Amino acid sequence: MTSTPQRFPLSRLIGLALWLGLLTLLSVWMGAQVPRWLPVSASSAAPLVDGLFGFETAVATFVFVGVVSVMVWVVLFNRAEKYDISDAEPIEGNTTLEIIWTVIPLVLVMGIAAYTIQVNREIGLIGPMDHSHAPASASSAAGASVPGGEVQVIARQWSWEFRYPVAGVSSTELHMPIDRRLGLQLESEDVIHGFFVPAFRLKQQVIPGRSITLFITPTRAGRYRLRDSEYSGTWFAANQADVVVESEEAYQDWLRRASRLPLQPGLSEASREYAQQLSGDRPSGYATIAPAPPPLVNVPGSNTLPHDG
Amino acid sequence: MTSTAGVDSRILKAPHPVPGAPDNWKRFFSFNTDAKVIGIQYIATALFFLLVGGLLAMIMRGELITPEADLVDRTVYNGLYTMHGTIMLFLFIFPVLNGLNNLLIPCMIGAPDMAFPKLNAAAFWMVPVFGVILMASFLVPGGPASSGWWSYPPVSLQNPLGHLINGEALWILAVALSGISSIMGAVNFVTTILRMRAPGMTLGRMPIFCWTALSAQTIQLIGLPALTGGAVMLLFDLAVGTSFYRPEGGGDPVLYQHFFWFYSHPAVYVIILPVFGVFSELFPVYARKPLFGYPFVAGASLVIVGLSLIVWVHHMFPSGVPQWMRDVFMVTTMLIAVPTGIKVFAWLATLWGGKLRLNTAMLFALGGLFNFVFAGVTGIMLATVPVDIHVNNTYFVVGHFHYVIYGAATMGVYAAIYHWFPKFTGHMYYEGLGKLHFLLTFLGTNLNFFPMHPLGLMGMPRRVSSYDPEFAFWNVIASLGAFLLGVSIIPFLLNLVSSWVRGPKSPANPWNAIGLEWLLPSPPPAENFEEHVPTVISGPYGYGTGRPLVEHQDEIERALLKA
Repeated sequence: MTSTPQRFPLSRLIGLALWLGLLTLLSVWMGAQVPRWLPVSASSAAPLVDGLFGFETAVATFVFVGVVSVMVWVVLFNRAEKYDISDAEPIEGNTTLEIIWTVIPLVLVMGIAAYTIQVNREIGLIGPMDHSHAPASASSAAGASVPGGEVQVIARQWSWEFRYPVAGVSSTELHMPIDRRLGLQLESEDVIHGFFVPAFRLKQQVIPGRSITLFITPTRAGRYRLRDSEYSGTWFAANQADVVVESEEAYQDWLRRASRLPLQPGLSEASREYAQQLSGDRPSGYATIAPAPPPLVNVPGSNTLPHDG
Repeated sequence: MTSTAGVDSRILKAPHPVPGAPDNWKRFFSFNTDAKVIGIQYIATALFFLLVGGLLAMIMRGELITPEADLVDRTVYNGLYTMHGTIMLFLFIFPVLNGLNNLLIPCMIGAPDMAFPKLNAAAFWMVPVFGVILMASFLVPGGPASSGWWSYPPVSLQNPLGHLINGEALWILAVALSGISSIMGAVNFVTTILRMRAPGMTLGRMPIFCWTALSAQTIQLIGLPALTGGAVMLLFDLAVGTSFYRPEGGGDPVLYQHFFWFYSHPAVYVIILPVFGVFSELFPVYARKPLFGYPFVAGASLVIVGLSLIVWVHHMFPSGVPQWMRDVFMVTTMLIAVPTGIKVFAWLATLWGGKLRLNTAMLFALGGLFNFVFAGVTGIMLATVPVDIHVNNTYFVVGHFHYVIYGAATMGVYAAIYHWFPKFTGHMYYEGLGKLHFLLTFLGTNLNFFPMHPLGLMGMPRRVSSYDPEFAFWNVIASLGAFLLGVSIIPFLLNLVSSWVRGPKSPANPWNAIGLEWLLPSPPPAENFEEHVPTVISGPYGYGTGRPLVEHQDEIERALLKA
């Protein structure tokens, strides 16, 4: 029976070292699995977020499996015999151990925090988390100047509208050029919504009465999902739009062609379902706020095509 | 059941009916001031609402088993998830923990009752009152509140029918009453712990459960006024047209988020701290070893109280808060890992080299610790701003907090119920049913809540009534886990009812545990030790040391055996 941790026999020390080695290997392997759990990485911020998450996954695996292996060990090898009612050896504490397991986690979490603050800075330099909190007094008027961004994103119950004031285009599908930092000016006409594109690893509440500019640099061409991430009422779940990332030429070409198209109702899954309920084709439940009419846009686009993430 | 043989004589001469005395079940439906009766009232009420909240969860998981919104209308789904969260927090977990506080605190510190018994009973009876108010909101025109248990404005202020009495108004009223009830409870618990301990029981000899209860109830006293004030302003905005949070009237909707999280983040510590207390009580008993590093475990609770009050903005990283604020609140959040780690390591060191007895209570405690550590590591991930920005408001968060609140807290509550069941009912529970309950709960919890993590990483937002087809696989598994959790309640209730009615009689100290409550008969008489309060002469958890806890311990134990 070992009475204090200092008097471990050599064989146990070797066993412990082997186990820690295995645990480290497992943790590193788990950290490397992270990309398989996440959507494709399509913005300049995404690799930074994924790198941080991979590191955290490795640390988390080490801590979790480490703790659980102790639990499994005691359950397997420290069980009382069936009729053994005696007590175990009364060890009431060890100040050295207490200091060790206070200081090591402290250093560890502060290390993670320092790493994270650095990632925050890098992402901040690229710009996507930069905010301007000016009250949006005049900006909800169509065609208003856009100080912070090139695209005006208007969230409503329950549709997304994207306006390109310089090109005179509006759409319910967000088009973005690849490898260029694009400012999105986020505004809401009713309640708080959330602008969330999982492939970009970015999320920002869209707050009524504020205009928040979000800078994004897409890095991968494709079609991605934009989801409302802040609960916004009845059709919250259906408040999705697609984001198309394309080459600069294709983007400019799209803007040119779009500007010549006549205005037509944009996409609004909520309005479609609401109309079905009014006509009795779809059962309804409790009372609801009626959806805002679909915005009139040059390009409705699609939100049913297959998306990359 | 009318025989009085074997019932402690003090029970029979008690001035009012007490648990364990024959034929007095009516006391549980009366304005009884005995903390032990109130404790059981709290727990029974909470378990009823656990069934209600669980039923709502199973309907939700039925909806989410397919991507389309097809089982219930979206408005109904939104009402269901709002009511599920509200019921589980305000009508299950808080009341059930207050039940444990009522049962355990007076017995553990050798007090005859709570400091303010009438206040105690009043605090309890508010629970069924606001429970009825909340349930009634299903019946009002427009249906129940459906803006989530956060009730963020402006969406919570939208009142489609324009009635003064609407689901949201009833919701705010119920939450405000719950807050008042909790403040009344907190005043009582804090006063009792500080003023009514047995002679010789210094703070440094107090059981850890009392330390954690003291810490948790202190948070209630500091934090609840902020939530209650915020809720009153919300009610004004909703009912009388003020503009505290309405942007069109110059209000700020984000202000509400600060009020809300200033209390509601510490609230999770109100929930988890007493469960830490339960772990700290149970591991020494069933490992037959003293708690490792008692003063550190006790002190860590106070550190958690301090830190819990300065982390709330981590719920608001995407709410438009400046970068410096994100960094500051990330660091404070990270720091909570340190005192929490001290506790986890202390429990592991307590188990290490012990003589483990794996009965139902111990299995639930071990399972709860397993789930808590998992929730802890995902909590660190959520603390780091860039990762949180990605997974905030996704199912990753839902998975994380269900591991905390069901996996750790509720399993800890189950552990406590099994462990102290013989003490307060006078009957032993059935191990077989208990272990079946544990197995189903542990499997169900992990099947239900683990899949939420990959879903969140993939980008599935929480609170959705429909979702893209790529999320279907993990949702099916989560739903199966939820239905398994529903089944797991059956052996639990069966065990509670049948054991209480005809389980074998429990001795005073069936687990050979150390603590003042185990020096009382099972069930304890109305005034606990009455005028014979023992004098405490050593710290708790003296397993294997041969140290007596109180003066004349041998005589007290002999008297208990004879009775």
